[in-house]
This record gives sequence, structure tokens and C-alpha cells, in this order.
Amino acid sequence: MTPAVVVAVVIVIALIAYAVTGGADFGGGVWDALAHGPRRREQRALIASALAPIWEANHVWLIIVVVLLFTCFPRAFADLFIALHVPLSLMLVGIVLRGSSFIFRAYGSKRLAAQARWSRLFAAASIVTPLVLGASIGAIASGGVTRSLHLLDRGDSSAGEMMVQLALRSWLSTFDLTVGLLTLAGFAWLAAVYLCVEAKDDALRDDFRARALWTLASLVALMVLAPLAARAQAERLYHALMDQWWSWPYVGITAVAAAMSGWALWSRRFQLARLAAPAVVALVLGGWALAQYPYLIPNRWTIADAAAPPITIELVLIAVALGSIVLFPSLIYLMRIFKKEDAPGVPGNELTTDD
Amino acid sequence: MSDVLAARFQMAMSLAFHIIFAVVGIGMPVLMVIAEWRWRRTGDATYLELAKRWAKGAAVLFAVGAVSGTVLSFELGLLWPGFMRYAGAIIGMPFSLEGFAFFTEAIFLGIYLYGWDKVSPRAHLAAGVMVAVSGAASALFVVMANAWMNTPVGFRAIDGSLVDIDPIAAMLGPASFPEALHMIIAAYAATGFAVAGIHALVLLRTPGSAFHRAALAIGLTMGVPAGLVQPLSGDISARYVARWQPAKLAAMEGQFRTERGAPLRLGGLPNESARNTPYAIEIPRGLSLLAYHDPRAEVKGLEAFPRSAWPPVAVVHISFQVMVALGGYLVLVGVWVMARAIRRRPLAESRWLMRAVTIAAPMGFIAIEAGWTVTEVGRQPWIVFGLVRTSDAVTPFTNLVVPFVAFTALYFFLGVVTAWLLYRLVAKSAP
Ligand code: HDD
Ligand code: HEM
Ligand code: HEM
Repeated sequence: MTPAVVVAVVIVIALIAYAVTGGADFGGGVWDALAHGPRRREQRALIASALAPIWEANHVWLIIVVVLLFTCFPRAFADLFIALHVPLSLMLVGIVLRGSSFIFRAYGSKRLAAQARWSRLFAAASIVTPLVLGASIGAIASGGVTRSLHLLDRGDSSAGEMMVQLALRSWLSTFDLTVGLLTLAGFAWLAAVYLCVEAKDDALRDDFRARALWTLASLVALMVLAPLAARAQAERLYHALMDQWWSWPYVGITAVAAAMSGWALWSRRFQLARLAAPAVVALVLGGWALAQYPYLIPNRWTIADAAAPPITIELVLIAVALGSIVLFPSLIYLMRIFKKEDAPGVPGNELTTDD
Repeated sequence: MSDVLAARFQMAMSLAFHIIFAVVGIGMPVLMVIAEWRWRRTGDATYLELAKRWAKGAAVLFAVGAVSGTVLSFELGLLWPGFMRYAGAIIGMPFSLEGFAFFTEAIFLGIYLYGWDKVSPRAHLAAGVMVAVSGAASALFVVMANAWMNTPVGFRAIDGSLVDIDPIAAMLGPASFPEALHMIIAAYAATGFAVAGIHALVLLRTPGSAFHRAALAIGLTMGVPAGLVQPLSGDISARYVARWQPAKLAAMEGQFRTERGAPLRLGGLPNESARNTPYAIEIPRGLSLLAYHDPRAEVKGLEAFPRSAWPPVAVVHISFQVMVALGGYLVLVGVWVMARAIRRRPLAESRWLMRAVTIAAPMGFIAIEAGWTVTEVGRQPWIVFGLVRTSDAVTPFTNLVVPFVAFTALYFFLGVVTAWLLYRLVAKSAP
């Protein structure tokens, strides 16, 4: 493996980390929107207390992905951000509104109307952001991004045509949207599974168990649908994923992990489900990365071509190694404090209960 | 509005917004740690109450800082892909290090804000110290990236691309130390005076409140020393600017002619077409003395540079005057506070001092906005000084006025809500 490939792997790992942590935070917002039944308020309180201490840290994974991309693959980064200007901007608006409405709700007025208003914003942003993030990844994989960039290079379209191409055609194929839905379902599912573990009373846990099972069903449906859409619209991706010697074993492992998490949920082995669910998400993202290898942007930038000079890559790898020595113990410490199984239930967060 | 202009406005607006929250992210943890430490030392519950109240406000500000920072890191690609393509490999190093500083900051912030009864008191205080240290580290790293844009070193430029790059040398260029020092001190001065000012306002109504007196003292403990040394660090900055970006210095001073023994101008309104700066009070030889520590040194005027390499002179000059004037005010208030403190006279009993401190509350922040305007507008027309013009770095995506308006509206909304929430928090603590 060349150093550039190692950095690419690090970027994929950071993206996976973002999906299984930050993604679940978005999923929490989805369940906040869909909270219903007699324990509506308890559901929301559980979500809020689960998110509050960790969402800012989880969110940093995304920053790491962006920063490593522009440092180590500056030309591919520039191309991506040109072709995906619109979805990435929408995603930004979503990220801003999600984070701020969450904190405004926690620290703002406790009147029901005010709380409900922030809740709606929080929920809407939590739903839109994963959709757009997923569709952007879909657009890279399906070649929508590549097509836009080729048109831009050719330079023979009018400004208006180019605008439409960049704004709408880069990222809105059926396949891209399917990936968007898949992302949304995946994030919601992760959140439901984690919340089963976090819930301190059985009724609440059952609420989220039911949601987790339902979402898993829709997720599986989407995981079958996505390759079909890929066959029609992202052929290269489809063949790269399905025609390798490792294709069927890989799909097999993913299916086993999904089945295992379903069984774990069904039989109330929540700790096991909490391990299996992120593994499924990691396998799906990893599969995309493998299928795309050696390309960062299909038919446009390979890892080797887009790579920054070796000295940059090497220094970044050293920084990542040294940074990890601080990062991982700190992260584990954070999770140990707030995600211990026997931690006493935190009703809302104590800082906000006066008013 | 042209696309480049819209992109510049959007970048400037996002930075001007983010910097406020970033500065709070650097200063506030220090105040909270001091308060908590005082509580542990004295056992006086007032300090604990203070740390907890501040933590509430800080939680909101930190969240807005985090989301607006995210916007910035995306905007580097959304607005300036040409710049990132050119410079990403060399400027990315400090940003990568900053990423790890963000991680430690966010992790320990979570522990600090939500872990009051989950970790031992000592671990809690340590978490606060970690937040303070990593906040300052984030500032250090991101300013190093900006310093490179001002004094790019560590490469050879051949045919529009950079070769033989040395990212470490690039991080340690001539602007890094002065800019980072000046920025971090600015953060402590601005936050310290802002916090002291808010509590001074309450003290004007209830001079006896022990709670607000304690808060005032801690705010000033951080703000006053920082405010007093800031002109010294500003002098270091001015001297590096004189050496490396003479056109920026000339714009800061409204100096059009090249001359020996150049005067220092206070105020004045530079006129680019007439090439003079009327209405200024001129202190003979002052500029030569300050910029080169030699009253007869030659100072290059803007006329020494082609017209196309001039930054917008009036904006830079006025912003610089604003920063220095506000800095001067903070020094005066600082001296006043010191004079009273040395004679052990309770600060809160001087209504005039409390008024002066209240007025100082927004000043550090305004000085910071003005100072960044000097740095960034003064660098124009370059995005990387002397190498890449801003207009060559902008994205080919068109209609950039749309995202500019959208993000401005979004930030306006965030700003109003944040201000309202903070007002509520303060109003609740005032009797
Ligand atoms: C509390 C805020 C504050 C205060 C009181 C001052 N400054 Fe400042 N100044 C800043 C906050 C700031 C800043 C916003 O933090 C800047 C922008 C970039 C930087 O490195 O610091 C800055 C930039 C800046 C620059 C330009 C550096 C560059 O272009 O890279 C100079 C020459 C000075 N300052 C000089 C001064 C002087 C002589 C002051 C005397 C009182 C002063 N500053 C007070
Ligand atoms: C330390 C990190 C910073 C970096 C890396 C940075 C980078 C940039 C970039 C890439 C641009 C666009 C290109 C250009 O117009 O030159 C810009 C412009 C600008 N930035 Fe900064 N900036 C930083 C800090 C700040 C801060 C804190 C402010 C606060 C007010 C600021 C104010 C501006 C302004 C006013 C412009 C527009 C200049 C003009 O159009 O004349 N910058 N900056
Ligand atoms: C182009 C310029 C800049 C970029 C790309 C940028 C990026 C970011 C990002 C991504 C975050 C969020 C981290 C998180 O999720 O917790 C952040 C927060 C922060 N930034 Fe910036 N930033 C810029 C300018 C600055 C400047 C000029 C400073 C200060 C000197 C600064 C200091 C900070 C600090 C202290 C935080 C933590 C704030 C908090 O969480 O409240 N940044 N920045």
C-alpha cells in the first residue's frame, strides 16, 4: 500500500466513524420527529440526554474527512466541491440548523410552543441532512459528478446550461436518491438500536426495539433496491462491486451481519445489536470504497493521480498517528462516562430543568 | 454583484460571524476554570454557581461556534476550490492538526458541561483545562494557515503550481508567531472585558451583589493583563507587516508617498484618487519610529506599487484606526482597574469605573473584527500574498449571490436567537 492509499483508507475509516456516531445523532432527530404513543415525552427526553454530551465530538469526524481530503487530495477535493456545490450547501444548512436548534431547545424557553418549534426544525434538519449526504455519495459513485466535471472542462455549454447541470444533474438520479434514502434509513436504524441500549425502562426500550426492527426491514429492502438502481444508472460501480472474486463473500458477510443484528434485536440481545448494527453500516460504506478503488472520483481522479506530494501525505500520516494517541483514549473516556451500561438515567439534562 | 464579490462577502461574513464564537471558545473555558478552581480553594459556593451559570451560556456559544466553523471548512471548497487545489497540500497541515484540537476540545467540553456529577471534582477541573488548552491550540493552528496566506514560504512556485513544498516550514513562516500571539491575546482580552462588562452593568444596579463582584473580578483578571500587553504584541505585528507586506502597511497608515521619517496618522480619510489622507492628526516621524524603531527609516508609500496591487485603502486605514483606538481604551480602563486594585479599593464601588467597564464590553470584539479586516482586506488583491489573485481562486459555480444571501439570512437568524438566549440567561441572574 502506498502512503496515499493509506490516507485514503484513513479517510474512509473517518467517514465510517462519522456515519456510526454522527449519523446516529441525525437518526436521533428522526425519532424525535416520529415520537408517538403514550411515552412520547420520555422518548424525546431519552434522545436529548443521549445526544447532548457527545454530538459535538461525533461531528468532528466530518471535519476530519473534509480536512484530510483537501490536504491529501486537493485536486479531487476542489472538483468534488465544484460539482456538488448545491447538495453540500444544503447539507451545511442542515448541519447548522440541526446543531443550533438542538441547543436552542435545550437552553431556551421551556414553554411548550417554543419547544415544539425548535423540535420541528431539529427534526426537519435531521431528516434532510442524511438524505443529501447520501445522495452526494451516490452522485460520486454513479458518475454524476464525473459527467458534470467533464462538461465543465469541455466548456461548450452556456453558463445557464452549466448551472442546471451542476445544480440538478450532478446528484439527483434515481440511484443517488436511493442512496440518500438508504443513508437516512441507516442512520435512523443505528439510532434506534443505540437507544434500546440507552433506555433505562423496559417500556421505552420496547418502543425503540419495535422501531429498530421496522427500520431494519426497510433498510434491507433499500439494500436490495440500491444494486438494482446501480445496475441501471451506475453500471461501473455495479460491476466493480459484483464481479470480483470477493463480491459474493463480501455480500454474504454483510447479509450475515444484518441478519445477526435483526436476531439480536428480536431476542433482546441489545449489546450484541449495538455491535452488529454499526458493523453493517461499516460494511456497506467499505463496499462502496472497495468498488471504487483505485478511484476517488470514478474515471476522473485515482488515488495516485490526485495525491498531494509525498511529504504532505507522510506528515499527515504522522500527525494522524500522533493525534490518535490523544484522540482514542479521550474518546473512550468520554464514552465510558456517558455510555456506561449501568449509568443512572439522566432525566433530560440537569442544566436545563430550571425555568 | 459579481461572483467573486459575492464569494468574498460570503467568506468575510462567515468568518466575521465565526470569529466571535471562536474567541468565546478560547476565553470562556479559562474563566470557568478559574471560577471552579476558586470554589475548590475557598469552598465559597458563589464561585461554583458562577462556573455553572457561565457554563450554560458557553454551551450555546460553543454549539454555534462548532456549526459555523463547519461552514467555514466547507466554504474553503465551495467558494475557493482554485485556492485549495493550488495550496491544499501545503496549507492543510495546520488544518489537520486543528482537527485534532477540535476533537479534544469537543470531547472534554462534553465532559465539562454534562459531567458535573459523573466525574470526580478533580477530573472535572482537568476537563476544563483541556478545553481551554485545545481552544487556544485551535486558534494557533488556524492562524498559522492564515499566516501562510499572508507570508507564503516553504515551496518554489513554478508554472502556476507549487513544488518542493515543505509544510512544516510553511507553518512556521514569518507571520505565524506575531499573528498567533496577537490573536490569542485578543481572545483573552475580548472575552475578559465582555464578561466583566456584563457583570459591571448588573453591578451598577446592585453594587452589593457578591456573585457579580466575583464575576467581575475574574473577568478583569483575564481581560486587563491581556488588554495591557496587546499593544506590545500589535507592535510586533506591525513590524512584520512593514517588512513583508509593505503595501498593506502603507494602506493601514494612509501613506501614499515613499518617505524618510514618515509621520503616524491618527484618523483621517484616505483618498485613493487624490493620493492623500486629509483630516489626520500627524505625529512627525511616528510611523518610521513604530514600524522600524528608527525615526528616520524610509517607509514605502502606495505609490511604490502598481495601482493593481493596492488593497482598498480607506477600509484598511479606518479599520486599523478603529482597532488601535479601541485597544487604547482597553489600556486606559486596565490602568484604572489596576490603580484601584493596588489600593485595595473595591472596584464595584466606583460607579464611573463600572460604567467604563460596561462600555468596554463589546470593544474587544469590535477590535477583533476590525483587526481581521486589516489583515484580510489589506492582503487584497491577493488570496495568497504575491502568488494567487483572489479572482483566480473562485469557484466556476455561478450565481453565488444566492448562497451569500441564504447564509447571511441563516446567520442573522442564529445571531438573533443566540443573543436572545444569552440575554435571558443574564436577565435571570440579575435581581
Ligand atoms: C482585542 C483585540 C485587539 C486589540 C485591542 C488590538 N488588536 Fe491588532 N489585531 C487584532 C486584535 C486586536 C486581531 C483581530 O486579532 C488581528 C487580526 C489578525 C491578527 O493576527 O490579529 C489584528 C491585527 C493587527 C495587525 C495586522 C497584522 C496582519 O496583517 O497580519 C496589526 C499591525 C495590529 N493588529 C496592530 C495592533 C496595535 C498596534 C494595537 C494597539 C493597540 C492593536 N493591534 C490592538
Ligand atoms: C485564520 C483564519 C482565516 C483564514 C484561513 C481566512 C481565509 C480567507 C479567505 C480564503 C478569504 C477569501 C479570499 C479573499 O478575499 O482574500 C478571506 C477573505 C476575507 N476574510 Fe479571512 N480568513 C481567516 C480569518 C478571518 C477572520 C477571523 C475574519 C474576521 C473578520 C476575516 C475577514 C475576512 C474578510 C473581510 C475577507 C474579504 C476580503 C475582501 O474581499 O477584501 N478573515 N479570508
Ligand atoms: C478559515 C478559517 C477557519 C476555519 C476553516 C475554521 C474551522 C472551524 C471548525 C470546523 C470548527 C468546529 C469544530 C467543532 O465541530 O467543534 C471551528 C471551531 C473553532 N474555531 Fe474555527 N475556523 C476558522 C477560523 C477560525 C479562527 C480565525 C479562529 C480563531 C482564532 C478559530 C478558532 C476556533 C475555535 C476556538 C473553535 C472551537 C469553538 C467552539 O467550539 O466554540 N477558527 N472552527
